[in-house]
Amino acid sequence: MTATAEKQVTAQRDASKPITMVAAINEALDQALERNPDVYIFGEDVGIMGGVFRATDGLQARYGEERVFDTPLAEAGIMGMAIGMGLAGLKPVAEMQFAGFIYPALDQIMSHLGRYRHRTRSRFSLPVVVRAPYGGGVHTPEQHADSPEAILAHVPGIKVVIPSNPQDAKGLLLAAIEDPDPVMFFESIKMYRSLKQEVDLGYYIIPLGQARIHREGTDLTLICYGGMVEICDKAAEAAAQAGISAEIIDLRTISPLDTDTLLESVRKTGRAVIVTEAPRTAGFHSEIAAVIAEEAVDSLLAPVVRVTGFDAPYPPFTAIEDKYRPTPTRVAKAMRQVMDY
Amino acid sequence: MSKTTTQTPAGGAEQMPPAAAEAMNKSVLQPQAEGQPEVPMLQFITPEGTLNPDLEGGESRLPDPETQLWLYRQMRRIRHFDERAWVLYRQGKMGVFPPYGGMEASQAGTTAALTTEDWLFPTYRDTGAALTYGLPIKQTVAYWRSSPHGWYMPENLKVTPFYIPIATQYPQAVGAALAEKKKGTRNVAMAFIGDGGSSEGDFHEGLNFAGALNAPCVFILQNNGWAISVPTTTQTKAQNLSRRADGYGIPGIRVDGNDILAVYSVSRDAVERARNGEGPTLIETVTFRIKPHTVADDVTRYRPEEMTAGWDEKDPVRRLRAYLLAQGTLTEESEAALLEEIHTEFEEAVAAADSLPDPTPAEIVDHVFAEPTPQLKKQRAQIMEENGA
Repeated sequence: MTATAEKQVTAQRDASKPITMVAAINEALDQALERNPDVYIFGEDVGIMGGVFRATDGLQARYGEERVFDTPLAEAGIMGMAIGMGLAGLKPVAEMQFAGFIYPALDQIMSHLGRYRHRTRSRFSLPVVVRAPYGGGVHTPEQHADSPEAILAHVPGIKVVIPSNPQDAKGLLLAAIEDPDPVMFFESIKMYRSLKQEVDLGYYIIPLGQARIHREGTDLTLICYGGMVEICDKAAEAAAQAGISAEIIDLRTISPLDTDTLLESVRKTGRAVIVTEAPRTAGFHSEIAAVIAEEAVDSLLAPVVRVTGFDAPYPPFTAIEDKYRPTPTRVAKAMRQVMDY
Repeated sequence: MSKTTTQTPAGGAEQMPPAAAEAMNKSVLQPQAEGQPEVPMLQFITPEGTLNPDLEGGESRLPDPETQLWLYRQMRRIRHFDERAWVLYRQGKMGVFPPYGGMEASQAGTTAALTTEDWLFPTYRDTGAALTYGLPIKQTVAYWRSSPHGWYMPENLKVTPFYIPIATQYPQAVGAALAEKKKGTRNVAMAFIGDGGSSEGDFHEGLNFAGALNAPCVFILQNNGWAISVPTTTQTKAQNLSRRADGYGIPGIRVDGNDILAVYSVSRDAVERARNGEGPTLIETVTFRIKPHTVADDVTRYRPEEMTAGWDEKDPVRRLRAYLLAQGTLTEESEAALLEEIHTEFEEAVAAADSLPDPTPAEIVDHVFAEPTPQLKKQRAQIMEENGA
């Protein structure tokens, strides 16, 4: 964080209000539009409707149809257009209605969004932000609950940010919009309205690439992000009753990954449990496990354990949905496993 | 025609079954299918180099002689590059290069309608378009040598690197065009694609977005008959690709892509329409890829030789040359001087490209982000160490 940015954060601390994460995102977009005339928001239903989750609610009314506008329904088109706008020096903030709908746009992302700076040796950068609701927990229909963050984190040239609470969501989104490079911004659908938190009213940024110690502890480290922070919180709370002190690292940005913060914690506790709701094989959790194995194996008192979804499409079946998505109970089991090793 | 007819037995095209060869020949040379009305193809100058007698408005439709000569110069210049690139490849001084020989009118005629304030989105086969727009030869040679020096796109131009994935540039051109409109300029974006690319989803999304958002875009569809080994008739049942514009509510124009005076005229009109806020246009330039897909491709495996001969007679350079000579706009002497000038320019540019230093291994991880991530810094250090830097 720059000194100026730090000052901005400090300056606004005294004024805050309790709001949900989706409200915090709306506030960030509002402030970005107000502050930077190059910011444009577009996607499907983001205009008069204000987005299916109301993240862009009221923005078109306030900033007009030139700056907040609906597009035809086509994800590759939306992504390609964002790239073109970014090439021409604007700051596009595109919405993918659900992260599970990103797949048609993957060619644009992988072929161009991530490599434009590289293939023009910085003649063109793509200051594009793509917002996408992701993850399960709210009984959505088929294909609305995917967690494809590992796919995106694997693409060179793209940053992947996943906030877990309102205060972070606002500051991280504003940082993403300030960033000169492409940022995929995943928003946990479950977290949109599940908690309210005091959020600074003014403009502030939280630098990308910095993890946050969500809860301090000494016996083991829970590594998570987005919707899983809440789950880990509950598991850590229960474990505390049994005398186990869990530290929770909320990564906030998975690419670039803040390895320093997570390794420092693992070296301190000697045990690591990684929790995501994405499918198990080749998930981002596997990358974290590999980093720990390479850098902190000498500190480990137990093998690293992953708690994840399964190698199956996310089930849209209400009665069994919570058997796919990690629960505090499953996290607690993994915590016992590393403690009892 | 079924896909299987494009397969040839081992040993090459000379063993292609006569029926298949005939079908392929017909597919390109006589492209009208039953039940599909023919869309007129605008032509100013006939393949013989005379004014098209059916041209409404006659000579008044042609650009002035000075412009005609200038367009001829553009074609000769990019033809020289195309021919020399092939030689350089054989000498090991050029990487795999996708030639555009035969398509000079389609590339120079379209791009000549732009200024460098406008955007150009070329595909890998559009080196001629990029050169006409203003991409320096030295840079272009470096690019096709796979040197990072060819990747430093000039700051004073709005040309993107050659697109390798097909059709992705259409929605991107819409974004650039829309951005210009939002910034209040009169600048436009021109994007290229081939007949094969018009099968891609992004082609359709781009056209639809451009129409829906009234983006100042000019889409060039170079129908050169082939997508590597697949002829247009195998590509699609549609016979008139320009009509695809109808589905998106935008004008679609079909023009003789080997007639640069016609190509230039429709391109200039489309650019003007876009500048005036009248929206996008799709231009289908009906042309032919005389040369193989790339310098490494064996075209004889899939294309009967007589087809090439048929189209060679429609050579866009030869056509305008015949017209200009007949009009006295060009003489043997002035042409010789022009060719000498082009030759010198090219040799100097190649010599300049030759003198570019080799890249250093650390450049592999440069220019990924504005600020390298901790991971990239670490990987850069690893490269330096492994390479004794």
